[in-house]
Amino acid sequence: MDKLNLLIVGVGGQGTLLASKILGTVALKMDFDVKVSEVHGMSQRGGSVVTYVRFGKKVYSPLIEKGEADLIIAFEELEALRWIDYLTGDGKMIINEQEIDPMPVIIGKAEYPENILETLKAEHSIYSLDALKIARRCGTIKAVNIVLLGVMARLIGIDRQIFADAIHEVVPAKVLDVNLKAFEEGYNYHR
Amino acid sequence: MKKLMLGNEAVARGAYEAGCTIAAAYPGTPSTEITEYIAKYDEIYSEWSPNEKVALEVAIGASIGGARAICSMKHVGLNVAADPLFTVSYSGVNGGLVIMVADDPGMHSSQNEQDSRFYARSSKVPMLEPSDSQECKDFVRYAFEISEQFDCPVIVRLTTRVSHSQSSVEIGDKENFKLKDYVKDANKYVMMPAMARRRHVEVEKRMAALREFSNSSELNKIELDSEEVGIITSGISYQYVKEAAPNASILKIGMVHPIPEKMISEFASKVKTLYVVEELEPFFENQILKMGIKVTGKQKLPVMGELNAQLIAEKLFDRKFEASQQVQAGQPIPVRPPVMCPGCPHRGMYYVLKKLKLNVSGDIGCYTLGALPPNECMDTCICMGASIGVAHGMEKARGSEFRKKTVAVIGDSTFIHSGITGLIDVVYNKGNSTVMILDNSITGMTGHQHNPTTGFTIKGEPTRQVDLELLCKAVGIERVTVVDPFDVKELEKVVKAEIEADEPSVIISQRPCALLKSVKFEGSRKISREKCKTCRACMKIGCPAIVDKKDHLEINPALCVGCKLCTKVCSFDAIERMDT
Repeated sequence: MDKLNLLIVGVGGQGTLLASKILGTVALKMDFDVKVSEVHGMSQRGGSVVTYVRFGKKVYSPLIEKGEADLIIAFEELEALRWIDYLTGDGKMIINEQEIDPMPVIIGKAEYPENILETLKAEHSIYSLDALKIARRCGTIKAVNIVLLGVMARLIGIDRQIFADAIHEVVPAKVLDVNLKAFEEGYNYHR
Repeated sequence: MKKLMLGNEAVARGAYEAGCTIAAAYPGTPSTEITEYIAKYDEIYSEWSPNEKVALEVAIGASIGGARAICSMKHVGLNVAADPLFTVSYSGVNGGLVIMVADDPGMHSSQNEQDSRFYARSSKVPMLEPSDSQECKDFVRYAFEISEQFDCPVIVRLTTRVSHSQSSVEIGDKENFKLKDYVKDANKYVMMPAMARRRHVEVEKRMAALREFSNSSELNKIELDSEEVGIITSGISYQYVKEAAPNASILKIGMVHPIPEKMISEFASKVKTLYVVEELEPFFENQILKMGIKVTGKQKLPVMGELNAQLIAEKLFDRKFEASQQVQAGQPIPVRPPVMCPGCPHRGMYYVLKKLKLNVSGDIGCYTLGALPPNECMDTCICMGASIGVAHGMEKARGSEFRKKTVAVIGDSTFIHSGITGLIDVVYNKGNSTVMILDNSITGMTGHQHNPTTGFTIKGEPTRQVDLELLCKAVGIERVTVVDPFDVKELEKVVKAEIEADEPSVIISQRPCALLKSVKFEGSRKISREKCKTCRACMKIGCPAIVDKKDHLEINPALCVGCKLCTKVCSFDAIERMDT
């Protein structure tokens, strides 16, 4: 791997920021130049959120445009559908099998699209799993993000020890064990 | 040592390394984290000021007092702080004074898209603009030096993508800056006409010296490559240009005011086609055109929104991009706008205002989301503190019948920021407005900052607390009522009574933000299929946890916190604990 364009997409409050912080730390440990870009404030609060993570020998722009993402980690199915255009031709997408209705659906002004996973799987390399269930089994539903990072680590072949070290650095000590367990579960999911 | 840092965090580190000891700010996305990170340094006195004007005045005082001081705000905050800015430009500084301003192209979290570079020109203050986190740190240190060398404040401009992107930063040592002597000097620091006239002469001399400095400063850099295409750019646009045109020659401007004119002329002479790539206004472009140099910029690039590498390549070099993937058409993807959180105290308030079909003069905070569906309950939102003046103006224009159908809504922090002056105006000029102060015990939208009404400082230390009730009474409001917005029956009664009253009134709608750690709820609820008559009364509160499944209603247990607001609007007792 000499470069990686990665998008993390989800719903405000799902823990995408912590995931990007760990990824940034991983990149530095691998001696990559790295940029991580996110937007705070009004666009959070249950809205669509996106974080851009770029590894490379030298990274200039912090943004990833349509057709440029090697990998997308989607924390929610509708968000997976929304961002699929950003994948490169042979890009991969990891999807957490969870549906969160947006306000237009809640109030009956729009329909939540049906069969998102099947639709996407028909044309793309999709790796989906119920990360919420796995995280709950590990001890906290907050570890969904770490489960997904575990999946990612195996998928693109990054040494799991580098991730474990990064998790050590970023996650508070009292929840470290739960998170390391969640990482292993994710790492071993698509064996 | 290298560390991954947000641009905002790197600014804080730069201030620390420069020996800065005073920081003042009012929170505002995307600038907020600068001062949050600064507050973590024990060596730096930090404060959330009531607004940006006060913050800048505090920093000016610290500078005159001999310290290095920094003051941070978002772009619209500089409008509030513009008054002291234009005059501290005349008085100059003692210790270095740096003003951080974060613009928001694309308006991710803002009410307008103003380009703060014009402030530097019109106030005659130098401005620097970094393009990544390393430069954020380095430029802040430069800014302190320039400030002292040229006896003026220095503005450092950020944009959202610089403030909120992380990149690696080389950590340096802290400079041992010694507090400068305090010297009484009325000719320099008392800006009355006679003194100010003399100072203006100094300002013009300084700007001439800065124009020379800009030409030789290492803040501005030429990267020579292709002789065909040359691009003048700065800030985040530089990063996009490097990807859009890897072989172009580049003049990267780090000192955006005053621009390095000689360097620009020299650069222009070395390339066949010259472009300017800048977000928002043609700030460089117009100045370069005025120098008689042929250059292309806004003819091809937008004045609205953010730029990116693809956009630049497409508009300037006709490269075509097609997303490699297209989802099958015909399946519309519903938008996911931001919403007020489950348990949010504002939800009870909007339920009542919508039920009473009132006109709502709004303000800036989480509650601005009440303008969106499902609440759709806000008529105006202009700027911080505007709700009260706007409601007063509406009353004067349309009379008392209209006023009796109108309220102003404003958060606790926004009220202290600049709502209190509007309230004084209502009292003084015989208005009868009803003002609702939404006191949720925190500054919410920017991510939980303390303010003068919360009783804690930026460092979390207990402090004296402004009593909103007494404050309103002190300015002459006799009708002040405190009510819990989740007691919707009582709130409705109070609102009806206050809008009818022929005198000004304040309703303090008091309930803490649901995201505060101190707030505990009883856990998720569910809707009983037996008891529910699907009357949809609960849908009227607009809670994201209650889902309309057409034939029945459901509560999403992953979102519901158990605030029980819905139980108060259900006539059939159909909303129950999970274990019943």
